[in-house]
Amino acid sequence: MLQQKIRETAKELLAKKAVDLVIGFAEGTLPLRATPIFARTPEEADRLIWNSFCENNLATYLRKFSKFRVGLVVKGCDARSVTALSLEKRFQPGQIVLIGVPCQRMVDRRKIQKAVKGEILQAREDGDFIVVKGEQFEVSLKRDDFLYQSCMACIHRTPVKADRLVGDPVEEFAFEEANHEIKEFEKMSPEERWRFFEKETSRCIRCYACREACPMCFCAECFVDSSSPKWLEKGLTSSDLQFYHVIRAYHQTGRCSECGACERACPMEIRLTYLTGKLNQDVKELYGFETGIDPEAPPPLSTFGTEDWQEFIK
Amino acid sequence: MSVLSVSVSERPLLRQNTVTDHLFGHLDIGYWNLMVEVAEQMENGSEGTWQPRILAFLCNWCSYAGADLAGTSRIQYPPNIRVIRVPCSGRINPLFILKALQSGIDGVLVSGCHPGDCHYLSGNYVGRRKSATFKRFLEYLGFEEGRVQFSWVSAAEGGRFSQVVDEVTQEIKKLGPIKKFVKRDFRGQGAEGSSEKTRTLEP
Repeated sequence: MLQQKIRETAKELLAKKAVDLVIGFAEGTLPLRATPIFARTPEEADRLIWNSFCENNLATYLRKFSKFRVGLVVKGCDARSVTALSLEKRFQPGQIVLIGVPCQRMVDRRKIQKAVKGEILQAREDGDFIVVKGEQFEVSLKRDDFLYQSCMACIHRTPVKADRLVGDPVEEFAFEEANHEIKEFEKMSPEERWRFFEKETSRCIRCYACREACPMCFCAECFVDSSSPKWLEKGLTSSDLQFYHVIRAYHQTGRCSECGACERACPMEIRLTYLTGKLNQDVKELYGFETGIDPEAPPPLSTFGTEDWQEFIK
Repeated sequence: MSVLSVSVSERPLLRQNTVTDHLFGHLDIGYWNLMVEVAEQMENGSEGTWQPRILAFLCNWCSYAGADLAGTSRIQYPPNIRVIRVPCSGRINPLFILKALQSGIDGVLVSGCHPGDCHYLSGNYVGRRKSATFKRFLEYLGFEEGRVQFSWVSAAEGGRFSQVVDEVTQEIKKLGPIKKFVKRDFRGQGAEGSSEKTRTLEP
């Protein structure tokens, strides 16, 4: 069982002192959530779990542990983030030990909450079902009907460069056609698309949860905090909100691993993956680059081709 | 209150209504109407229609020199562009473009050396990738196609530069004044209907 293998691997690494700490998931205090933990001894490693609520991208914690040797529990998308980080030389080679878990796709807690009436007080995973209990109800929901959008389109569920793969590689296929939400969005007229973007970003409260959840957002001074030049202000004017989301997404061009952590972290449930998804699609179409798959491929915006697409240039 | 602090659309020409207006008002009214027309001309050009304001980022070695050549050759091109000289088209940060649009500028032109001719060898190639991905992203969001434009103009292409500027100005004129992204237009009024009077650009 994956959970058992993860615990064994973590305990082994900690006992041998191959790593200073292992970052993984433990039982969360809220239903439908798992919480990240930082295990420094084999005893603490007993708290590690694995289930369909392990939705966070733990690579985001690497920025805090750049001086330590870290064992990291990663799903397919998380492993891609780590490869992208190592391409940007965020840590020394050999500093990170990846405990790769072939992912069964994560469950969307918001979809589940919307499917029941009343607050969910307890939840557990039972084979192919998620059993949720509230004050006045107990419902068994089919797991595969409540997956995250980004998980449904995922074709890299097996971590690409794991040092320790704790399960057999899974057959790669997407439940949903790749880039489905982007194709749907592109069917709308430009005015409709703008209104959608405006409406989504109008809910933004500039909490920067998306920025904190994203492993690729690690700048010492983020562009929003820059005062000279002051690109945008801190307030909630619709122009500033749009500016923030355009540039935050754009800064992920060629770096985003489509883990969906940004959208999952947003307290206002703003749709964000359709932004970075489009940039990933363009980068793949124009420059043949996919984040975190080939550790030797240079980032697309740091390099160039002599015959790049340029029909738009007069 | 100066008549110039109110936007053109809110400055109606006065009509004579009361008896005193009829007897003595013609002088004041005439003066008021003249002021309105002068203000309109200053703002909108002598044709009386809105003129777009376009920011052009020109690379120092090719496009800026090409624009200079257009000037010394006395080639006429629309006066709607304001030029910012950058060392290379690869210097362009998408933040520049968005900041310009946010300030109320109606269109942005980024121009650099032809592929293979970059003074810094590969700056324009890298700039090409940034421009391509950013432009496609803006259009995907529903932002009007044609407000942000790119060109390759060499130092010897004075005539071509004026052609490019002409084309870009016509295209942006058709799109009309910018409404998306704008925070404060440079007429000094908050686009949100706020009472801010700060100016981002001098007219």
